[in-house]
Parts: sequence; C-alpha cells; structure tokens
Amino acid sequence: MALTSPLHLTTTDAVRQNLTRGGSDTKGIVFRTLLQLALLITIVVLFVLLLDIITGSISVFTSRFQGFMSAGLQSQPEEAGVFQGLRGSFWIGMTVVLVTFPIGVGSAIYLEEYARNSRLSRFIDLNIRNLAGVPSVVYGILGLTIMVGTLERITGGRSTISGALTIAILVLPIVIITGAEAIRAVPDSLREAGYGVGATKWEVVRSHVLPYAAPGILTGTVLSLARALGEAAPLILVGAVTGRLASQAGMLDTSQLTDRFTAMPIVITQWASQPNPDFRALTSAAIVVLLAVVLIANTAAILLRNHYEKKRVR
Amino acid sequence: MRKEGVIRVIFFAAALISIVISVLIVFSLVREAWTFISKVEWATLWSTGWFPRRNLFDVKTLFVGTLITTAIAMIVAAPLGLGAAVYLSEYARPGLRKVLKPMLEILAGIPSVVLGFFALTFIAPEILQKIFTGSPQSTLLAAGIGVGILTIPLVAAIGEDALRSVPTTLREASAGMGARKVTTTIKVVIPAAISGLVAAFIVAISRAIGETMVVFIAAGGSGGSLFSTAALEPGTTMTAAMATQAAGSDAVAGAELAFASLFFVGLLLFLVTFGLNLIAGRFVRSVRQQY
Amino acid sequence: MPPSETGAQSTSQPSHGTATETNPSHGAEVRFVPGHTADNDGQPHPPVFRVKDLNVFYGDFLAVRDVTLEVDAHQVTAFIGPSGCGKTTVLRCFNRMNDLIDSARVEGTLDYHGVDLYDPQVNPVEVRRRIGMVFQKPNPFPKSIYDNIAFGPKVASIEGDMDEIVEGSLKRAGLWDEVKNRLKDSAMGLSGGQQQRLCIARALAVDPEVILMDEPCSALDPIATGRIEDLMDEIKEHYTIVIVTHNMQQAARVSDRTAFFTAEVNEVSDTRTGILVEYDTTEQMFSNPSDERTENYVTGRFG
Repeated sequence: MALTSPLHLTTTDAVRQNLTRGGSDTKGIVFRTLLQLALLITIVVLFVLLLDIITGSISVFTSRFQGFMSAGLQSQPEEAGVFQGLRGSFWIGMTVVLVTFPIGVGSAIYLEEYARNSRLSRFIDLNIRNLAGVPSVVYGILGLTIMVGTLERITGGRSTISGALTIAILVLPIVIITGAEAIRAVPDSLREAGYGVGATKWEVVRSHVLPYAAPGILTGTVLSLARALGEAAPLILVGAVTGRLASQAGMLDTSQLTDRFTAMPIVITQWASQPNPDFRALTSAAIVVLLAVVLIANTAAILLRNHYEKKRVR
Repeated sequence: MRKEGVIRVIFFAAALISIVISVLIVFSLVREAWTFISKVEWATLWSTGWFPRRNLFDVKTLFVGTLITTAIAMIVAAPLGLGAAVYLSEYARPGLRKVLKPMLEILAGIPSVVLGFFALTFIAPEILQKIFTGSPQSTLLAAGIGVGILTIPLVAAIGEDALRSVPTTLREASAGMGARKVTTTIKVVIPAAISGLVAAFIVAISRAIGETMVVFIAAGGSGGSLFSTAALEPGTTMTAAMATQAAGSDAVAGAELAFASLFFVGLLLFLVTFGLNLIAGRFVRSVRQQY
Repeated sequence: MPPSETGAQSTSQPSHGTATETNPSHGAEVRFVPGHTADNDGQPHPPVFRVKDLNVFYGDFLAVRDVTLEVDAHQVTAFIGPSGCGKTTVLRCFNRMNDLIDSARVEGTLDYHGVDLYDPQVNPVEVRRRIGMVFQKPNPFPKSIYDNIAFGPKVASIEGDMDEIVEGSLKRAGLWDEVKNRLKDSAMGLSGGQQQRLCIARALAVDPEVILMDEPCSALDPIATGRIEDLMDEIKEHYTIVIVTHNMQQAARVSDRTAFFTAEVNEVSDTRTGILVEYDTTEQMFSNPSDERTENYVTGRFG
C-alpha cells in the first residue's frame, strides 16, 4: 500500500485536521429533504381530499340529515337520500361475513394445517395469489355471467344477492391470504404441545391454533369488509341501478335480495356524474357516510393488528 | 376419527372453491369473448374510435387510453411511493413511523369512487384547469393523477417491505468503511432491494391498469371515444369502457356485438394483468432467494 | 530517520499506484511516518488509542463502565471475556459505530493519536475511513467481488487504478489466487471463509491504519479460522488490529496484548455492566495473571 498516505501521518495536528474535515453533507441533506417532501406531499393530498369532501358535505348534514339518511334515489337533489344505498351495502357486508368469512378461513386452515406440501396445495396457493391481482371489473364479468345469467332462477338476475355474492367472491382471496399468514405465525411449539397430550388435529386447531391466530384472522376479515363496501365496478357490471329504484323495502327486509338494487359506491358514482351542481354537496355527504364506515373498519383493523403485534413480542 | 376425516374434507372443499372461481372467471370471459371474436368484422377493430353501439371497435383507442392513464399514474405514484418507502425504512424514527404508516394505510383504504369524485371536482377545476386554462374538466390527466394517488400506498408498502428485508449488517459494513448515510442508502440498500422494488412497481402498474371507477367518473368518455393521444382530453380505458358498456341500456337495435365486446375487452385486460402479476411474482421470489 | 512527507497540509489523497517502492504482493515494506517508526527498531512510540474512564450507555442502561487502556501500533490487541461483557460495545466505540444506535451515549475520553474521537467537530465518516471494521458474520454486498472491494475506495474518492487497488487488497487478504479469474462473479457465491477474507480485503482497500475485528472467526470452520489467524499475523506489521474474541486459544495464538472483561451483576436493577478486569501482554495474561477472575477464566474454570 502507499508509503506516503497522509492517513498514516500520526501527529495529533495532522490527524485532527484529517478527522475534522468533510464539511456539510449537502448531498445527504438534499436527498433526505426530497424523501421528506415525497411523504409530505402524500399526506397533504390526503388531508386536502378529506377536508374538501367534509366541508362540501356540511350543508347537507346541517339542513336535512334525517331526510338524507332515510330517502331513496330521487331526481331532485333536495329530496334524494342514501337509504337505498345503505340498504344494498348492508347486505353486501352481511354476505361477506356469512359467505366469505367461513370459506376463506376454512381455505386458510386447510392450506396451513391439513395440506401436505403437495403440488395441489401449492397450485391452490398460487391460484389464490393470482385471484388477488385480478381487476375488480373482471369479477363483475364473473358476476354477470354466473350470478345474473346461469343462476338467474335462484338469484333473480340483476339482484342484491347477485351483487353481494360477486363482491363476496372478490374479497375472498384477501381473507384467505391474511388468514393463512395469521395461522402460519402460530408457533409450532403450541401445536406440538397439543399433539403431545394426544389431541387430534382438529382439536389442536380449534383449541390452540385458532385462538392464537384469531386477532390476525379478524384483522383480515375487517380489511376485506372495508374493501367490499367500497367496490363499485363489479356492481355496475351486475346491473346495479343508477336511476330511480322502485323497491321501498326496509333495511332488513330479505325480499329485496332478489330485487334490483344499488349500493353506496354506486349512488356516489351516479351523483358524481350529475351535471346539476346541487348534487355536488349530496355526493360529498354520501362519501362522508361511506368513508365513516370504511375508515372506522380500517382503523379498527390497524389497531387490532398493532395490539396483536405488541402482545406477541418476537 | 370419522369426524376428523369429515372436517378435513370440508376444509378441502373450501380451498377448492378458489379454483372453481378461477375456472369460472376464465369461462365467463372466454365464452362471450369468443362470440365476439368469431362474429366481428376485423376491419372494425381498426377504426376511428371505440363506439361499440355503432359497431366501431377500435381497440387501440382503449389501449392508448389505458397506457396514458397508467403512465400518468406511475409518474405520480413511483417517486412519491418510493420516496415514502425509503424515508420510512431508512430515515424515520420509530415514533414518526408509528404516525406516518397509519396515514398511508388510511389513504389505501379510501374507495376509488372517492378519488374519482375528488379528481373531477377538485383536481380538475382547482389545479389542472388553472394551469392549463381552457382544458375540459373531464380529462385523462385528472383521472391519471387520481389513479396515481390511489396507488401511492401500494408502492410505499411493498417498497418498504423490500427495503427492510435488506439485512442491517450490510448497512453496517457500508458505514464501517466510511460511507455517508445517503451513499449507503443509494449505493448499497436500494441495489440490494432492487428486485422487491421492481416487483412493487409492476404490481402498481397492474393495479393501475385494472382501476375502473376513477376513470369512469373523472375522464368522461361515456359515449364512446375517438382515438386520441391527448391527455388533456376526455377519454376512456379498457376498464372504464367495460363499465360504460354495462351501464348503458342493453337493448339497443343493431348493436348485438356491443354486449360481447365487453367480454372481449375483459379478456384482454385479464391477460395483461395476469401476465404482469406473474412477472412481479418472479421478482419477489428472487428477493427471498437472496437472503 | 528522515520522515517522508507529502505535506501534512495536503488535502488530496495520493494514488495507490504511484509509490514505486511499493509492491503490495511483496510483503515487507518500511513506512516512514513523522513521530512514528516501524516496530523493529526498539524505539518507543505513542499509542494509537488512549481510552480513559470510558462509560457506554444504551438509554439509561450502563453497558460498560470505567474502561481505561491503551492500544499500541502494529500490534494485535485482543478483548476476551464471557458474552455480554461489553467487549463489542467498547470495540465499536473505536470507530464511532455506536453512533448508528439512537440510544447509545459515550462518556469519558477515547483519543486517537491525541485527538478525541468524540469531539463534536470530528466527522465520524472520516474516522471510519481510517479505522476499518470486520464483522462477526461475513457481510459481503450482493455485488461482484470486484465491486465489493472497489466500493470503499470509490466512496472515499481514492484516486488510482482501481484494478490495482482491488488486486492489491485481495492479495493482502490472501484471497487473490482463489478469485482472480472470477472477479465479476457475485460475492455471495463464495464460501464462508472466503467471504470473510473478502470482507477483510474490502476493509483494507481504503487503506486504514487500524482494523477492528468483532469475533471474525466465530461463524467459520477451524480451517478457515486458521487462515484468518495467519492473515492477522501477516498484516499486523502494516496495521494495528484490535480483535474481540470468545476463543481464548485464539487470543493466546494471535495477540500481543490481551484485555479481559467480565460482567458485574447489579442485583437491584437485574442488569449486567461490563468492566475491564485486567490488561497486560498476552504472555502475562495467560501464564501469570494478576487478578483471580482472569486466572479463573483463562484456566477454564468458568466461561
């Protein structure tokens, strides 16, 4: 190596001079500032969006909250309300809970607990990951062909249940993937303890694995529910109504399941496209209602996950 | 033990349902798409624009529309998402991370119809029309920006995961040789995570291509679209065209192929996103192999 | 002794290739440095590091206390002792690596050639260019062998023929013959022992004065370990080496001086604080230690 490198000059002064140079790290400061800017812009956009919509909606809530929540779709903005949208969304949510949750968790349990690492199980796993990446309109096509077409006699064609089932299928991969992750995170020692006392596989799963994985599974379901409530494209394909909707059924009236339907995101889409400027406040108000539900669900899922992560200190 | 067997079969059946769904999706697409392909006059696939009810099926109009909105979306989402990812992974203190990450997750949870409305009623009039005076309110640019905003959290999340999976010891090795933090980040950490970052980008593109409602609400183009490469004009994408077709009344005289065209476009869309997801999966696997 | 000066005020780095007397592949060379002479002339020289009353905290937790010792040039100094006694913590103070941990705090003095390393005006980046580090588990970058070695010099803007620098560093680390035909291959394809020698070559490439080694052989098999111990012996005439090791026999084999650390248990807070028990020539430490704790450790009665 070099004979005369100043690095090896070892008088205190020479060393001090070498060690205290370097100046300011301008490149580093610029880089860091750019990164902060990226994050800042994103957060600002989020806040501007929320602020704009919330302020736009205030007039509706202060003047006719009751009417807004209870009226159905009307052509006059002063009379229109979100009730029919809420109704449809309610049943979509119900269907996700009643259909997607059991099938999704069951699939996750099978993949993580029962499946040998066979080609079939790996194929199923790959298949689920692909399904997670399919655009939502394509699920609409599935809904249109099968729910509205093939199963028309059961579903009643372009009906609430057709739309609800389509969305339930759309969010199924989310439930399976998050559920499988939660089950995978259960330490093997827990399972071994169960088997060690002579329990059968199902007993181990039911009394050891599932309770441990429950928070993670629950987080996944809540996230999928929030996603389901926000979807519109598949519902358009399945024939959600955007004009006036005749049915005046109550929230829990199951007769509407086989009738024409609408949902909150569809109502929002319809009102957003209206040229009449009075619909703008209405749209904002409908969005606030939808966001309230979706954001509460997402926040609940985040809090659940954080609490769960804190408890299981790794 | 009988009970165990039954339980196992039940769970197996649940898992099989996902395969059934895939089969049904492909079946739904192919059946009607085939009707379209077999009956369409090939000349109509290269015409002045996409007007299905007038038997004009210029597919490239849709491709270009999708391309433009996706490109604009990536111009928005890639720098902001990757910047956020690098900051959260390499620079942010744990306390700050705990505040910032949930904010990104909130943005991720906002439904696309909301972004579409925001693009139409805020981004277009308050920003775009003030910069580009005289431009219409419904444009591909506004929609593209909306899709971009929607995609930022996805890029940030996958990107951050990729960066955090780079072992700390590599950063220590770099620092130990006298590299400044910016050098370590740019020359060691990011190259080491490149597979994951590319995967993030590809997944984001796939998601942007598959996005419907932002374009449907904010880009106009509901009657059909003339072929155009202008971003400051109304337009449509493959996805929004499908939704527009389905939202229109179905019984229109002389438009038999209009209904089937929806499935044809859907098949193309499915193939494109499926291909992209496969490629992204390859990149994720190579990240895992490295460490 | 005529000092060879490129001028203490010079701010440009010399190129590695210019000094014609140097041929890195030929071992022994004499370095003339003002105020400092080569070892084998019998004259005394000032220590490289002077540590006085060093205390290191992680937050409120006192990890190691009251360390006082000196490290001399061109010697191998070993830190030994059971795990959790602060050996690595003290080692990482020498190149300001503890700065990377938010909660770390250092009290006391740590002088390098008379300069307080923790003086606010001292730039840690410059410190680390002169005091290099090799880590416990080999950590090559997922780049080519060539790019691994070239990384340090490029970052430090060292001028010179990069090919020569890479070759010189690899030769000095005893790895050149094994990899000379595959410099563009990924470093991740090397064996554990080869990767660690690569990491040593990488550290050497920036021409540091000191090399800190944190249990460099603990992840390696005995043969690879032996090669690295031989390497330490070869290069110590050009560098100052401080090594943390769990392996007493290794310390006895390679080091000139040895520092023995142990941990004090604080019953009240249920924590362990590292302390320096004894520091002497290796020969003394292993054959005739002054402190009973040292004797117990080196004779294997505990730890």
